[in-house]
Amino acid sequence: MLAFVVRRLFGAIIVMLSVSAISFTLFNFVGDPVNSMVGQDATMEQRQFIRTQLGLDDPAPLQFVRFVGRAVQGDFGMSYRLGMPVERLIAERLPATLELVFVAAMIALVVAVPLGVYTGLYRHSPLSKVFLTLSLVGVSLPTFLIGILLILIFAVWLGWLPAFGRGQVVKVGWWSTGFLTPQGRAALILPAVTLALFQLTLIMRLIRAEMMEVLRTDYIKFARARGLSNRAVNFGHALKNTLVPVITITGLQIGSLVAFAIVTETVFQWPGMGFLFLQAIQFVDIPVMAAYLVLVAFVFVAINLVVDLLYYAVDPRLRIERSTGAGK
Amino acid sequence: MTAPAAPGSPPGLLRRIFDSDLWYSFTRSWITMGSGICVLLLVVGALGAPVLAPHDTFDPATLKLMDAFTPPVWVEGGNPTYLIGTDNQGRDMLSTIMFGMRISLLVGFAAVLFSLVLGVGLGLVAGYLGGTIDALIMRVADIKLAFPAILIALLVDGVSRAALPRDMHDQLALYVVVFAIGVSNWVSYARTVRGTVMVERGKDYVQAARVIGIHPAVIMVRHVLPNVMGPVLVIATLGLALAILTEATLSFLGVGVPPTQPSLGTLIRNGNDYLFSGEWWIAIFPGLTLVVLALSVNLLGDWLRDALNPKLR
Repeated sequence: MLAFVVRRLFGAIIVMLSVSAISFTLFNFVGDPVNSMVGQDATMEQRQFIRTQLGLDDPAPLQFVRFVGRAVQGDFGMSYRLGMPVERLIAERLPATLELVFVAAMIALVVAVPLGVYTGLYRHSPLSKVFLTLSLVGVSLPTFLIGILLILIFAVWLGWLPAFGRGQVVKVGWWSTGFLTPQGRAALILPAVTLALFQLTLIMRLIRAEMMEVLRTDYIKFARARGLSNRAVNFGHALKNTLVPVITITGLQIGSLVAFAIVTETVFQWPGMGFLFLQAIQFVDIPVMAAYLVLVAFVFVAINLVVDLLYYAVDPRLRIERSTGAGK
Repeated sequence: MTAPAAPGSPPGLLRRIFDSDLWYSFTRSWITMGSGICVLLLVVGALGAPVLAPHDTFDPATLKLMDAFTPPVWVEGGNPTYLIGTDNQGRDMLSTIMFGMRISLLVGFAAVLFSLVLGVGLGLVAGYLGGTIDALIMRVADIKLAFPAILIALLVDGVSRAALPRDMHDQLALYVVVFAIGVSNWVSYARTVRGTVMVERGKDYVQAARVIGIHPAVIMVRHVLPNVMGPVLVIATLGLALAILTEATLSFLGVGVPPTQPSLGTLIRNGNDYLFSGEWWIAIFPGLTLVVLALSVNLLGDWLRDALNPKLR
């Protein structure tokens, strides 16, 4: 167990280092950072001064070590576009994105699990077919179009919900939350549903497929033969054994939620990190791009690590197989 | 299987198509037929846009600003000249959609081709050679797979913006988008091909080819490749829908194709600005076209997967 965790951590560190290397390359070799900082009429001496001051004359490996050292402390330099420290910008935007992703993931799970179980158990019922067809439509609907449709229906035509922004937010320490005010909660609904829909269809189809697979196995037949109630068989035996792949995919999906949040945040003008990243791309604001990249990589690696550890909690078989040295 | 043809008289291509299993399973499901017809109609509409479109939207002389924001015919104030209304510059929506679809399909096909060549090539090499090269390629694929395609595409676009001068970037924007989408989608090809190749590699015909001293590259391309094309075709079809949607998303975000060559995504982005003032048709009709296109291609891909899967016959 401990060896496994250590190996995983080691892998995670390698991934983080390689992503940092990419951001570092981005930072230093794509365009001249000095050019983006000084005005057009800066003299050669001024440029050289900044160059020395930033340590850009040092050998690349030394610069990389310094970059990683700063990144670990959360220092990514100044945004070219806004002239603010990148970490301040991100700290401002982080709560918005995390709240959005959290609510979207909750919606996706709470809706997808029952639907997946239902369509897996009653594969031939008309209702299942309706759900499945809808899910296929859901896969073909790009996120931004779902957002536009929801805005059109609920904000423009019906006027029930706000179409952009976070509404009123409350500061709790440095964290600004929209959960505590009615406007904040109302503003969260449309973007969260938009973000959740795609993941929802995916998780639902996955659970359905796994349920169908598991229901065919012998131990389910045996459980039925023992006279256990349907509920105990379906949920206690069958659903529980579908959880390993579901956890994997859901974990990966939460990662991609962070990325898809870029689209959702743009549609709803949600002041989160994705919006920040998109603006950074449009204005070639490299420090912000680099920081976002490292941060997203960190989220991915962290989620993967948690998912791997959750396997152990969910599936006792893994513990035995690993400890006998089977597999890799 | 196909009816045995009389020796000496090879059956015509049409005969072969209509006799094939694939055609039989195609005609068995009205959903598949319907999506096939949809794709055909949309592709014909897109390719024939210069001839078929009621208005030439790229000719400034035909633009009438007076006609801007005309709603569709069935809404009050509609004008029969513009079947589904006009946009903010008085361009006919139907024509802009037909021209926009050309760009969407062009980028989609090009991106699929790019990722197909890249993915199949790497998959072949990894599966056939194995060893360190295999481990290296698959590790890169794993890392790539951890990041969503849209993020990679955005990043490629961002880097190209930083690396290229502005006017050059605008010229190359179309290629950058194709590259970005292609690079973000090659892994599924590589994995599938690698898996199949590893099975095929051990078979007798490959051994025989190797024994008579054929170069590995020739074995890979001439002998192994044809046997892995079935699954690749399925992935390419589903990948086409994905590529079209990714392009639309990028263009919607304003980092995709240049505004001078509007795709469906660009049109939706444009229409999004007029959603609140009630001109819903400017965004909704391109969006609808996009969904019908993607859904039909997806359904065709699903059918192809089932039809080519021998286990389900």
